[in-house]
Amino acid sequence: MTTTTEGGAAPAKARHGVNLHVLGPILALIALVIVGALMNSNFLSAGNVTNVLARSAFIGIIAVGMTFVITAGGLDLSVGSMAAFIAGLMILVMNLALPSMGVGLPVMLLGIATALVAGLVAGWINGILITTMRIEAFIVTLGTMGIYRSLVTWLADGGTLSLDFGLRTALQPLYYSGILGISWPIIVFAIVAIIGEVVMRMTAFGRYCAAIGSNDQVARYSSVNVNRMRLYTYVGLGLLVGIATIMYVPRLGSASSATGVLWELEAIAAVIIGGTVLKGGFGRVWGTVIGVLILSLIGNILNLTDAVSPYLNGAIQGVIIVLAVILQRESKAGD
Amino acid sequence: MTKHLMMGAAFSLLAAPVLAQETTVIGVSIPAATHGWAGGMNFHAQEAIDRLEEVYPELDFVLATASDPAKQVSDIEDMVAARGISALVVLPFESEPLTGPVKAIADQGVWVTVVDRGLSEPNIQDLYVAGDNPGFGRVSGEYMVSAMPDGGDIVVLRGIPTTIDNERVEGFQAAIEGSGINILGMEHGNWNRDDSFTVMQDFLSRYPEIDAVWASDDDMAVGVLAAIEAAGRDDIQFVLGGAGMKEMIQRVMDGDTMIPADVTYPPSMIATAIELTAVGVTSSAPVSGTFTIGSVLVTPENAENYYFPDSPF
Repeated sequence: MTTTTEGGAAPAKARHGVNLHVLGPILALIALVIVGALMNSNFLSAGNVTNVLARSAFIGIIAVGMTFVITAGGLDLSVGSMAAFIAGLMILVMNLALPSMGVGLPVMLLGIATALVAGLVAGWINGILITTMRIEAFIVTLGTMGIYRSLVTWLADGGTLSLDFGLRTALQPLYYSGILGISWPIIVFAIVAIIGEVVMRMTAFGRYCAAIGSNDQVARYSSVNVNRMRLYTYVGLGLLVGIATIMYVPRLGSASSATGVLWELEAIAAVIIGGTVLKGGFGRVWGTVIGVLILSLIGNILNLTDAVSPYLNGAIQGVIIVLAVILQRESKAGD
Repeated sequence: MTKHLMMGAAFSLLAAPVLAQETTVIGVSIPAATHGWAGGMNFHAQEAIDRLEEVYPELDFVLATASDPAKQVSDIEDMVAARGISALVVLPFESEPLTGPVKAIADQGVWVTVVDRGLSEPNIQDLYVAGDNPGFGRVSGEYMVSAMPDGGDIVVLRGIPTTIDNERVEGFQAAIEGSGINILGMEHGNWNRDDSFTVMQDFLSRYPEIDAVWASDDDMAVGVLAAIEAAGRDDIQFVLGGAGMKEMIQRVMDGDTMIPADVTYPPSMIATAIELTAVGVTSSAPVSGTFTIGSVLVTPENAENYYFPDSPF
């Protein structure tokens, strides 16, 4: 926990040498890969690796945005519901535009634009309520979480919103195909992660986030526009939720109130496993990526083996999350 | 809608609610439309109420949807206190938390109809309209046996770990016993499209040869079909879902070979419960006991009877 008090300097410290606590999440990931490979020979097959990476992409892209929000001392519980709502909206808009536009690039671009704009607006609403209205992030996003979840249920009339069949076929390549055998979700996730890492480490914005999360009063006296920076973290997260949704919709071509349930907690868990401090002040984007992969691998390995009763899947996940965090804390105490 | 009427042995005349009131109020308390099946149930409840209010001018209905058990308890208490209901139709969110409050209302002389999920104490309700979960599993299993007379390897997707899911799976396993059908693996897809997609992807990585899938639910069948399609596997002959989602019934009707049949677990059972309660309140026809709604196999021949294009489910 020492990093919280000296948070502003933490990113610089992380760059110094190879500290043990930096290795914690990586070691956990390597251990999981070894366990998986020993338990099932198909674990390292190209098909399975692609499946796991592609399904990690939704939570992963969102978690990169969540890293900034948490680093700046915030929290966003609404992302799962927001994703469901944006997915529902995107499907509705595309279905409505279909008769006039026909299946083709324009209607797909319209859907993509809808998702991006809706994400930006949703993130902006969260951010404005938290910064200018000065309401606790936990409360604001708990509220919007309920609002978006109800809205998608209402839009779907309690059932499921389904994309027109022809549209779905046209849109499917967004999830299932890609370049050189690497599917789009994986490519987008990688790009988002790299940009996130660069922004966190090398830009003023990244340093401001850490400074605000560490001590917002000091940041304010250092002439950081605290409210604006915080707002940017929520808007950025909203945009990333929109991007994740663009690839979610083509996968099954539907959205319902069951879409994106608990994504917010998975994203937050991934951020914390990756070494970002929940209280803010220090963030690590590449750690978040490792965290996301750890979470998806646990589910994947449990599905590939009969070793554990499926009733215990949640318990195994819980134990590994806590262990991964303990691994960091212990080595931190030692440095 | 075919209904298998199995009135319980305890036939008793309905006396209490038929009093000299001008309008009789019937309260209907159901879980909110948080998933497809519940959405269909909400639709059918509203439709039944609209229809019955025209048929019986002396009846008034209060419909409340609850997002959690605590809200449902408050709803029911409000109905008794503010609207003076003489009958309650309730689909309990969870059995345990609702048992006490519903018992208190039944003790006040309000007619209680329980739907689908039973209360913890079985003798509170006057009428129980129940889905047949072991039967759902049995009908599904029997279909599997008839579709694969020489046996084969299947994978099973289970729902959210609950008694409902256990009863279905036990019924299924009993039906396929000794038939040469071998269950390679069972995992929980939680009656959710995304979860079942993930589980099916992993099943496909794990088993190079799968003959058929018991998705046990139509939402899960959607995820399963997408995973199979994406993997480009052609060893799987068919996927059997369940519940009676209109898109799946449509595919059965169209003779889709991947979805050759479906097994019903109709959300419209709420309509049955409301109708029977209305009959009980307005007439002297006895309706107490247990009314079990059987799970029916839907095939291309009879699919038309189970297709409700207006329902959200």
